This record gives sequence, C-alpha cells and structure tokens, in this order.
Amino acid sequence: MTTQSIPDARTRPAGSSASSPAPREACDAGGTRPRRRSLAWLGFTPFAAYVVLFLGVPAVIAVASGFFSADGSITVANLRAFTDPTILKAFQGSLLVSIVSAVLGAVIGALVCFALLGTRAEGLLRTVVDAVSSVLAQFGGVMLAFAFIATVGFQGFVTLWIKSTFGYDINGDGALLYKIPGLILPYTYFSVPLMVLTFMPAMEGLKATWGEAAATLGATRRQYWTRIAMPVLAPAFFGSLLLLFANSFSSFATAAALLSQGGIVPLTIKQQLTSETILGVSNTAGVLALGMLVIMVVVMFFYSLLQRRAARWQR
Amino acid sequence: MSAVPLTGVAVEPTGEPANPAPRNRRAPRVGAEPSRITRLVILIVVGLVFVVPLAAMFEFTLRSAGTTALGFGHYASIFHPDAAAGVDYSPLFQGLRNSLVICLITVALMLLILLPTMLFVELRYPRFRRVLEFVCILPITIPSIVLVVGFVPVYQRVAAIFGSQPWTLAFAVGIIVLPYAYRPIATNISAFDLVTLSEAARSLGGSWPVVVWRVILPNMRRGVVSAVFLTVAVVLGEYTIASFLSQNTFQTALLLISQTDSYVATIFALAALVFAGILLVIIGRFGAIRPGGRERRVRRARPARPTRPVRSRSAS
Repeated sequence: MTTQSIPDARTRPAGSSASSPAPREACDAGGTRPRRRSLAWLGFTPFAAYVVLFLGVPAVIAVASGFFSADGSITVANLRAFTDPTILKAFQGSLLVSIVSAVLGAVIGALVCFALLGTRAEGLLRTVVDAVSSVLAQFGGVMLAFAFIATVGFQGFVTLWIKSTFGYDINGDGALLYKIPGLILPYTYFSVPLMVLTFMPAMEGLKATWGEAAATLGATRRQYWTRIAMPVLAPAFFGSLLLLFANSFSSFATAAALLSQGGIVPLTIKQQLTSETILGVSNTAGVLALGMLVIMVVVMFFYSLLQRRAARWQR
Repeated sequence: MSAVPLTGVAVEPTGEPANPAPRNRRAPRVGAEPSRITRLVILIVVGLVFVVPLAAMFEFTLRSAGTTALGFGHYASIFHPDAAAGVDYSPLFQGLRNSLVICLITVALMLLILLPTMLFVELRYPRFRRVLEFVCILPITIPSIVLVVGFVPVYQRVAAIFGSQPWTLAFAVGIIVLPYAYRPIATNISAFDLVTLSEAARSLGGSWPVVVWRVILPNMRRGVVSAVFLTVAVVLGEYTIASFLSQNTFQTALLLISQTDSYVATIFALAALVFAGILLVIIGRFGAIRPGGRERRVRRARPARPTRPVRSRSAS
C-alpha cells in the first residue's frame, strides 16, 4: 500500500511547485530546495521496507493462500470450506462469544466511564484505572485464562465458594470454561477495560456548558440524559461496541490456553495450520483468514464511520 | 438539536417548583456527572468483580496439593525446584530471557524506524500523515491469527537468512506493536508546535541532527516513554505469533509450565500482570508530573483555581 501511494503522490508536489509558486505547499513540505527533494524520499525507505515485508507480504499471502489448490494452481474451490458444518459452527461460536461479550463489555464499561466523570484526569484514581484497564485489555491473553481457571475452574475460588454456600456446582454439567459459551466470561473481562479506554474520551467530551444550558432551560437530569447526552454519545458508544466486537473476534491467546480443540474461528485456523503438512501454506487456513478479514474490515469500516461522527463533539 | 428548545419551553413551568427542593442540600446537579454515592457504588461493585479473578489467582498460588493449608511454598520452590519430581523451570526463564531480548529489539525498531519516519513526515511531507496513520493503525484491523497464516512462509525465508533464532520474532511482533507505539507519539507530536520549533532552531543555525536531538526529542519525552512502555507490555504479553512460529517466549513457556506445575505458572502470570500494571501506572504519573515541562505546569495550575468556587456552587 505504501509503495503504491508514495510514487503516486510524488509527482504531485513536484508538478505543483513547478507550475505555480504555491507558497503554502512549499512551506508545508519544509523545503524550498527542490534539488534536495528527490533525495529526501529515501527517508521513507526503512519504514516502507519494513512494513511491506512484514505487514504487506504476510497479509497478502494469508489471503492469497486461500485461492491456491494443493498443487499450486489458482482455484476458488477452497471457498467451499464455508459450507463445512464444523467451520460454520466455528463462525457461529465466534460471533456468539464476540457479540455477547461486546454488548456486556460496552454496557458495563460505559457505566464505569459514567462513574469516572468529574474525577481529575491526572488524579491517582484515573491513572490507576487507566493502567489496570490497558493491562487487562491488551496484555491479558494466556494469563487471563489462568486467572479464570483459578476462579471458576473445577477447584476455583468462586466454584468452591458457591458450592459451599449455595450447594450448587457451576461445573456440574461439564467444565464451564472449556465450552464455547464459557469463553464469554474471560472475554467480557477484557472487553470492559477496553470500553473504559475507548469510551472515556467521548464521555469527557460532554461539555459542562451543555448541562448548564439545559438546566437553565428547565430540563431535568433525565431529560438532559435522554435528549442531549445520549444522542451525543450514541455514535461513540456504538463505535466502541464494534471495536470490542472486533477485539473479541480476533482474540486468540485466551481461547488457545483454555480449549484444545476448535469451536471458534481462530482455534480452527490453528487446527488447520498445525495439522497440514505442506510447508505451512495451508489453504483452508487461508480461506478462514479471509473470512475473518472480511468480517473485520466490515466492522472496522463502520467503526471509522461512527468514530468520525463521534469526533464532531470531541474537541 | 431541535429538540432542545422544545423541551425548554415545555418544561419551563415545572422547573421553578423543582428548584427549592434540592436547595436544602447544595444546588441542583446539572450536566452528566454522577452523584458521589452513584460513583462509589459503581466503582466499588465493578472493582470488586474485577479483583476476584486476580485474588483467586493469588489464593491459588498459596494452595498446595493434598492439604487445605495456605502457604508460600510454591514461591520458594521457584528457586529450588524439586528435581526429583521432574519439574524443570528452565524453559520459563529461557522464555523470559527471549522475551526480554525481543522487547529490546522491538523497542529499537520503534525508536529507530517508526519515530524518525513520523518526524520526517511531520517536518517534510505532512500530507502523508494520513497514509502513515492508516498503515500504523492497520494491524488492529488484521487479527494476529490472520497475519500468522502469512508469517509462517515469510519466516521460512527469515530463518534461511538469520537462522531460526527467537530474536527474529521482533520483526513480526513489531508490526503488532505498531498501533500502540504510534498513538502516544502522534498525540505528543500534535501537542507541541513541532514545525515552528524546528524552524526556529534551524534559523538559529542548528543542523538537523542538533535540532532533532536538542529541540525535538526533549519535547517528546512523554510520548516516547509511553510508546516504549506500551511496547514492552505488549511484547511480554504476546502469545499468538510465538506459538505459531514455534519459539519459546515468556507466554508460550507459561502455557508449557502450566501443564506440569500450574502453581508456578500462575505465580509468574500474576507477577507479569502486576509488573505491567506498575509500568503503566508509572507512564500515567510520569505524564502528570513531567519534570521541566513549563507548559504543563501552567495547564495544571489553571484548573486548580476555578474548581474551588465552582465546587461550592454545584457539585462539579
């Protein structure tokens, strides 16, 4: 992508400065010496090379490998994998876990953001909440799986407590955590902090003056919330919800540490990658990767739309 | 928007009798802020729920098989493993060492490739800011499990050049880290007038290296430190890539050890979570204090004054 856009745009500044003096562009580019400009482009090479080699190439290979048959010819037959019941079930499982955990995470996270309104952004409370949130949201993975085994596993802290006080075994019909719906628990656990991180800026964008204006016009707090705050926050809320969905949908480590077999898409990709022997280029994995990518691109597209809409109120 | 004047008109009469009621407290609360009680209830309830799994982890590390007594036996056994029981923690320490090496290289990649490119774009080609941003945020859209499908063949080439060394993972992990490193640096760049400062320094006769080293970088301390710490946290927590490229890192070793000694694995996991938490609290405090930042001190002093009179009028 970078390689395409760079030579493309390269002709533009050169052409515009030749045809007209274009004072703004000249000082934007920081150089009034066109002689140097051709060399300055070399400054992009390390980054461009790195990104192309380790982001562009792998992404293209991942998607393209789905369109090759085992003997190396181009085919779309692999797409038939999407009719395979186990693969369909994996997508179902992924969607179920991601949607439920995203909705739970968004609602609980928004409540926490609400509670944090009016605290000092640089105060100790906010610093600690921010730090803990980013640890749990971005760092958890395998370690959160351990935490939940210690909590609701067979010998878990909460399992034993519920058993001794209510006489009910939450793992009564098979281990809760080792089934697909059980993943909702750890997934919500890392979705809530992510919501706090992404939604807090929007919450803080609510201007105190709007509340005062509404109050002088006689609005009650309920009216303030339903008629001003909620409509303003809605795009940011749904945008964050989509981000939580995308995050849960693409998450792998927690599930891999808990479940040994498939059930959600990332685990199915793992099965495909590890079972196939042809030099790691496994075609079904490529098709699954494509499927995931399509869902992610759609979700992220709507996310950026909503985000742009939400940005209108954040300043 | 159009609804606002409508409600104002409709509600005006009821607004007046509503006023005296809260007056005996202080003043009616306006705006979005929650009351103290609501805030406390939400934060305490959610906080407690979130502490439970971590507390359960800690309690688990104190247990020992066979007895109900709790003790620190497993902590002692980390350094004196029971060889007779066939427990060997060396993969864990090896994995931790590998992860730290990967951390170092990834941080170097961010500081020597990403940071200069961002400054370069800002100073020379600001029109490509959007392109750079797009590229740097892109890895969030592509799940790492999808990238891994492509990394496997790429790393067959990499292994042919550098050998199948753990440190080569840094290149792949660097891509995952890109968004986390980009954001704080970009925020920092937009917070001060990079172009004017560097032009001033240039017009005073500084060469570019001097300008970058003595004018620009000192202004970017905060963003760079945040980027570095976030990089460290993400690299230490990375599991997907390492497991598929069959390298031993901290996370893969944790999972391996958990199959033979889940107590020690949990100890290390908890320690890593706490370590990352402390690291990020330090980022936060560092940002709040920032030694020598004059602009910061002014900004901190300003809200301190108005809050006092405001607080006496309304609960903001």
